[in-house]
Amino acid sequence: MENNINLTLKVWRQNGPKDKGRFETYKLEKVSTDSSFLEMMDILNEQLVNEGSEPVAFDHDCREGICGMCSLYINGRPHGPDDDVTTCQLHMRKFKDGETITIEPWRSAGFPVIKDLIVNRSAFDQIIAAGGYTSVSTGGVPDANAIPIPKDDADEAMDAASCIGCGACVATCKNGSAMLFVSAKVSHLALLPQGKVEAARRAKNMVAKMDELGFGNCTNTGACEVECPKSVSISNIARLNREFLKAKFQD
Amino acid sequence: MKLDSKIPEGPLAEKWSKYKANQKLVNPANKRKLDIIVVGTGLAGASAAASFGEMGFNVKNFTIQDSPRRAHSIAAQGGINAAKNYPNDGDSVHRLFYDTVKGGDYRAREANVHRLAEVSNDIIDQCVAQGVPFAREYGGLLDNRSFGGAQVSRTFYAKGQTGQQLLIGAYQALMRQVNAGTVNLYTRTEIVDIVMVDGKARGVIARDLVTGEFQRHFGHAVVLATGGYGNTFFLSTNAMGSNGSAAIKAYQKGALFANPCFAQIHPTCIPVHGEFQSKLTLMSESLRNDGRIWVPKKKEDVDAIRAGKLKPKDIKEEDRDYYLERRYPAFGNLVPRDVASRAAKERCDAGFGVGATGLAVYLDFKSAIERLGEDAIRARYGNLFQMYEKIVDDNPYETPMMIYPAIHYTMGGIWVDYELQTTIPGLFAAGEANFSDHGANRLGASALMQGLADGYFVLPYTIQNYLADDISTPRMTGEEKEFVEAEKTAKDKFAKLLAIKGNRSVDSIHKELGLVMWDFVGMARTKEGLETAIEKIAAIKKEFYSNVRIPGSSEGMNVELEKASRLADFIEIGDLMARDALNREESCGGHFREEFQTEEGEAKRQDDKFAYAACWQYQGEEKAPELIKEDLTFEVVKVAQRNYK
Repeated sequence: MENNINLTLKVWRQNGPKDKGRFETYKLEKVSTDSSFLEMMDILNEQLVNEGSEPVAFDHDCREGICGMCSLYINGRPHGPDDDVTTCQLHMRKFKDGETITIEPWRSAGFPVIKDLIVNRSAFDQIIAAGGYTSVSTGGVPDANAIPIPKDDADEAMDAASCIGCGACVATCKNGSAMLFVSAKVSHLALLPQGKVEAARRAKNMVAKMDELGFGNCTNTGACEVECPKSVSISNIARLNREFLKAKFQD
Repeated sequence: MKLDSKIPEGPLAEKWSKYKANQKLVNPANKRKLDIIVVGTGLAGASAAASFGEMGFNVKNFTIQDSPRRAHSIAAQGGINAAKNYPNDGDSVHRLFYDTVKGGDYRAREANVHRLAEVSNDIIDQCVAQGVPFAREYGGLLDNRSFGGAQVSRTFYAKGQTGQQLLIGAYQALMRQVNAGTVNLYTRTEIVDIVMVDGKARGVIARDLVTGEFQRHFGHAVVLATGGYGNTFFLSTNAMGSNGSAAIKAYQKGALFANPCFAQIHPTCIPVHGEFQSKLTLMSESLRNDGRIWVPKKKEDVDAIRAGKLKPKDIKEEDRDYYLERRYPAFGNLVPRDVASRAAKERCDAGFGVGATGLAVYLDFKSAIERLGEDAIRARYGNLFQMYEKIVDDNPYETPMMIYPAIHYTMGGIWVDYELQTTIPGLFAAGEANFSDHGANRLGASALMQGLADGYFVLPYTIQNYLADDISTPRMTGEEKEFVEAEKTAKDKFAKLLAIKGNRSVDSIHKELGLVMWDFVGMARTKEGLETAIEKIAAIKKEFYSNVRIPGSSEGMNVELEKASRLADFIEIGDLMARDALNREESCGGHFREEFQTEEGEAKRQDDKFAYAACWQYQGEEKAPELIKEDLTFEVVKVAQRNYK
């Protein structure tokens, strides 16, 4: 049932990449438990604008858990205290009256802060650009049913492809590793005959780019899988390692 | 102004082949000398930018997001149509064409729609080659499902995340070109004006949303693929950042805005629940394959449910009104979106709506779960059910979903000819941003089809036909007076907004606009209501320019400033929508004028008076726009009242 709760928010404020940054504390009253977490942030910002202060900058867009734009480290967890959701799908019914909520940006060497809670995740685009595709151009491709694909393979590829590129895996990893993200793409394409052709080369190029951009190594803690809002499996990392080794042997 | 839609001569089914056989081409050496600006990285923008890059053009691609993959195409759930006829159920290019024109209530251009149906199959082939993991049967071949307005299964899908998978396919193709150096990507960058030189579109003024800096960019041609303007209503299924600003900039520079009043209200969205609400979440139309829509037959049951004394599962089968199955036995729950939305409104207005507000109907999976088992339903719609449960805190496997219509898509948009070129030479519009293919109502799973058709298979041909005459135009540096002036005008606009220093937040004014739009320019419109809307929108405009408060400055990131500049344009669009709806004295598709309905409450067109696309031409600040008509002629389709009974 809907009710209203009062909250204390500790929000990270940082005016640009060079600013040191600090926590600011805000009080919010009578927040409906039916509102989403980002709607609660809207209420905070409305309050700040009405006071003549600058609102808190945070990334968000689709607000239905698919664009991957929203981030936020909430009470020490990426996407907050609910499972299998993004921050935009998190609802205030998960919080108690009188609770203090700490809100921070993703913290990782690979994702520098732009402002307040907004970070730069363009490193993910650079990793995809290094090889996260099939090298086909528009036109001149075979009929879609020319190559049958076992349903199980297609389903497994779909599960890997459901990654939304939000970066929660990196943010939660103590090493700041992007292995879950990279392995999801490598797996998605390696499982399909269309992507199999370049699988080893792709793995090598994407891993090289990931290393170059300052992401850490994977030490199999499994934290990424736990926090992934789309439940992308850590078994993809094993598949990435296989493809990577194949590429090494081919060299 | 006389409009030339440039439809090729000859029989309908041969027009596109003839066009391609006769169009002008640009040779590879010259392609390297030509720059194309693509604004937007959704399905239309990313597919166009990637294809242009592959062809050898120099492409500059802009997005307001931090990555091209965030564009709102990503949120499309249900699927993409194509005339493959893999299920052998009688589909064909002609039937897809016909269904689309009929579904659009005979307000789309035949030649464009036929081309769309023709290239639909190529899209599926292309996506599979890119590695899009479409759903498959156990035999390894592609699976299909049904969508509204069709009696065949022609919809390809990837779980409930088809838009995501198609966009990722296009995004990956785009990033391949970024890696190859043919596409320069500008993220977190917004287009704030279009630069005209000698009557042609020659570039854009952009604003870096991180630094606040203005930039000048030259292009031999400019493609707008910036999506729709549904967020005029504040609450819609669109993403928070989706906006109509690029379209308004084009309109103010002389491009025509066509059929602005044709907005689609999607029947199956999670109902509004509070004033803090920021957006409405869609529940895919694919759910209507297995879900049955109903409200109670008896008023006393309605009251008991609203009071919490009865649960929906307590209502006996014979006391349920499956009103779509009752009214439209042939199509049942799979009638087109406009028809389903109005039917829900009719029941709720009559007092049979459920939920706390009485503005909701049930979408029930009970019989599908009994017939197929819960596992089968979970496999088909698992992610949608999970999404619903997270928002509403109700388990749809056990109790029916509650849904209500919401603004979802805009069929209207920038007027384009057969080549997707606007009335400004060198300015093209693709995807939802243009008006061309869906008439007064879009069928489900056709938006993805159109976005990718325009980007992969139409623009790569038609833009060459334009650029072939431009091969000796040298690149401009951005120092030309037209660029300098355009940048100054844009900067002044932002400074003006910051200088208002009023008392109201951007969102509070936007919400006020949204309520006016929903009440008077929403699902049911009247002459009086629309006249009221025009007055109220003018008052909101005045309030905005005198009382908006934007903290901060134009330097660095300023989200309130971004929102304010977009709201200024939404206000213009709201006014255009109301004017267009007032002018169109008929009901068709998503546009329902209460004065024009049949005795059964169905939309009543006035073909003798309104078989045209209404194109609005900007006349300057504070002046009413002028209406220019493009008459629609139907050579192949037999125009009739739509009948889904």
